[in-house]
Amino acid sequence: MYTSTTNRRSFIKKMAILSAMTTAATLFPGILFANEQERGLPKGGNLDWKKAPCRFCGVGCGVLVGVENGKAVAVKGDPNSSVNKGLCCVKGYHSVMAMYGKDRLTKPLLRQKDSYVEISMKEALDLIASKMKETINTYGKDAVSIYGSGQWTIPDGYVASKLFKGCIGTNNVEANARLCMASAVTGFMTSFGIDEPMGCYEDIDYADVFILWGNNMAEMHPVLFSRILDQRLKRGVKIIDFATRTTRTSMAADKSILFSPQTDIAVANAICYEIIRKGWVNRSFVEKHCNFSKGSTNIGYGLEDKFSFKDNPQKISFEEYKLFLEDYSPEKVEKISGVSAKDIKYMAAHYGNPNSKVMSLWCMGMNQHTRGTWINNLVYNIHLLTGKISTPGNSPFSLTGQPSACGTVREVGTLTHKLPHGVVMNKKDREFAAKIWDVPVENIPSKPTYHTVEMFRALDRGEIKFMWIQVTNPMVTMPKLKRYRDGAKKEENFIVVSDIYPTPTTDIADLILPSAMWVEREGMYGNSERRTQYFEQMVQPPGEAISDTWQLVEVAKRMGFEKQFYYNEETHIEEIYSEYRKHHNNNKHNMAPLEVLKENPGMQWPYVDGKPTQWRFNSKYDPACNNGKDFHFYGKPDGKAVIWQRPYEPAAEEPDAEYPFLLNTGRVIEHWHSGSMTRRIPVLHKAVPEAYVEINPNDAKRMQIQTGDKVKLTTRRGEIIIPASVNGRGVPAPMQVFVPFFDENMLINNITLDAFCPISKQPDYKKCAVQIEKV
Amino acid sequence: MPIKSYLAHPYSGKKNELSEAISCLSHCEVIPAQNENILIVVTETETMDEEKFLKSKLETIKSLKLLTMVSGFNTNKIK
Repeated sequence: MYTSTTNRRSFIKKMAILSAMTTAATLFPGILFANEQERGLPKGGNLDWKKAPCRFCGVGCGVLVGVENGKAVAVKGDPNSSVNKGLCCVKGYHSVMAMYGKDRLTKPLLRQKDSYVEISMKEALDLIASKMKETINTYGKDAVSIYGSGQWTIPDGYVASKLFKGCIGTNNVEANARLCMASAVTGFMTSFGIDEPMGCYEDIDYADVFILWGNNMAEMHPVLFSRILDQRLKRGVKIIDFATRTTRTSMAADKSILFSPQTDIAVANAICYEIIRKGWVNRSFVEKHCNFSKGSTNIGYGLEDKFSFKDNPQKISFEEYKLFLEDYSPEKVEKISGVSAKDIKYMAAHYGNPNSKVMSLWCMGMNQHTRGTWINNLVYNIHLLTGKISTPGNSPFSLTGQPSACGTVREVGTLTHKLPHGVVMNKKDREFAAKIWDVPVENIPSKPTYHTVEMFRALDRGEIKFMWIQVTNPMVTMPKLKRYRDGAKKEENFIVVSDIYPTPTTDIADLILPSAMWVEREGMYGNSERRTQYFEQMVQPPGEAISDTWQLVEVAKRMGFEKQFYYNEETHIEEIYSEYRKHHNNNKHNMAPLEVLKENPGMQWPYVDGKPTQWRFNSKYDPACNNGKDFHFYGKPDGKAVIWQRPYEPAAEEPDAEYPFLLNTGRVIEHWHSGSMTRRIPVLHKAVPEAYVEINPNDAKRMQIQTGDKVKLTTRRGEIIIPASVNGRGVPAPMQVFVPFFDENMLINNITLDAFCPISKQPDYKKCAVQIEKV
Repeated sequence: MPIKSYLAHPYSGKKNELSEAISCLSHCEVIPAQNENILIVVTETETMDEEKFLKSKLETIKSLKLLTMVSGFNTNKIK
């Protein structure tokens, strides 16, 4: 992609060609338009290509950014990146355009009554420090909080955690990744005792069967989906789409199986039932490497303020587990899930086939689920029972949606209970962090405070008075949004928002800070396959914008923490990363040195003896295995993974006579999350300019609704009017509707429910009862 | 001033023939894939009517099996 300000038409033509190339690449993975790709780039100019991870999703594609005369003007896939091998999706190809929207924030803005006035960055940083000190002095340290995201670079998240947990002494640190992959984390922690996937994208090149659990990969992870399609062309692999809605993924799959929302739990148990009944259990693997456990049941939905839950794990025997599964025969589960016993047996047969390698992939469908931890456990159960895990091609794999949900939120630990290494509840972990942070260990509180939903509830209740929001847009993405918007707007609260564009979240800010974005600063992201990727600063940020890292460092210094925030402006990223690496200095999580990251298109951890680890827990590949066996699940004290007994329990809100439909929300390929960047990229905005509600054709016919008709959606939280889409790119099952959440002019989250998984605290955006009416 | 891009699927063995036929049309650019049986077509016309007329001409080419639009722009509206 090449943009020339002197030839707008030529630029737009390039956009049109690129859109076509990207679509063609989805249809024909590996397709080449080599001549055109070369021709599109300026020749003999000053274009300087530099590598970076893509700014958008958690796949972490390697891109090459073309810089000319101080401006990023072009993007192409990095052929040296093992992630995407030179391919990008439509968002990636257009990513540099997200930096040049005409309404970029360039100056700090301070609210004065109903308008904002420009102030200098120095004044803004002084004000933040003084407001924080004043709030702490008046209300206590737990009255201040920070809410970041999986778009925080690793240094951003690290200094945020160090400032709030280590220096100020509050665990009021959360990130929007709580909304997108917390259930994946608790799934890993409960099954394996350690976070993040054991496998890697290379598994795609070895697996024979791909089972996608509620995961529209064709739109959400198109580059990885292209890699799977490529394997189908080369090796004839099978793709099974197991979902609640027919999507582009379903259409590309070899088999599409629809289930009733929430009943994936029952189906997963039925698959395990069938694996045991058919004698497909890998007994040797299970005996050597697995325990069986059960936890509490009827665990609630977190709808009440200050909801608390603590699981009560108890070991059980294989025979007890087998008895539990008697309630989940395929024939019984067919009745609640809508999935035929034949299809359940079909999936079980793929998992059970000893000659077949299976990769399970999932993302929001399983994670945004009031039993998100449980369904993660259950998919691991299937892989553990069959021994199909931690070997090339046998891989349960949770995908992520943000560029550093793994790298920053999970690895740095920017959640209330986490530290870079370990958790705040553990004395040794607190001592370890305090030593590196150079703070008294007593500074770090031993109890977590608020998870994301509860943090916004606390803001509404008046317990939190100061909140600093960086790189995220909660006033679009929080469920049951109206309550949290009203709470945030209360006069006694002081809200700071660091962002690159005006958003509904900057609308509630008392102070807005302009941030440097992506390659306007230096940093690192960590992707879904434990790959840490470095990017250098390639262009200058606009106006007074500075990185979120440096905003935090400057405020920390102003608050009196100069000793802990000793970093130099020119070298602070290197200094912070070097300090951060100390937290993971062990062979289970060692991070590659910065010079290695600079030389390579990313490097996977654990990085031991100069080598990345592709498959964890397998002694053939993972140097951390030391039990003398072929596998070692070293996250658990006894080295064994856990097969969990988890029952099916219904959703928090089921349809009834008044609200007879189920509402599901999600994303589209053109827009990234809340749309604040992609809606400023003309080609993407024009492709999908506004949100819509997908309605099943039979429901639409009965209600005389056609595409484009205005439809009113009403839930117990409120109502929204939105155009209908019938037989569009996605088709929901009867009595279900789907709305993408990217459109700030049609805030679907005003009417969603803030029920969450009691273990992960991740909200369920996929199921609430709704009424539909043509208006 | 519309600019549109399409994916053109030729009948089997007719890729070169289709490419040549499209190349002969004014206001059309064709970019064949190196390794797949598909072509990208970009049209650049002055008016919507002209665009419609051009599309109808494209659709009469005998070696064309299927023409699907991928993106459409009107440069006057983009600022």
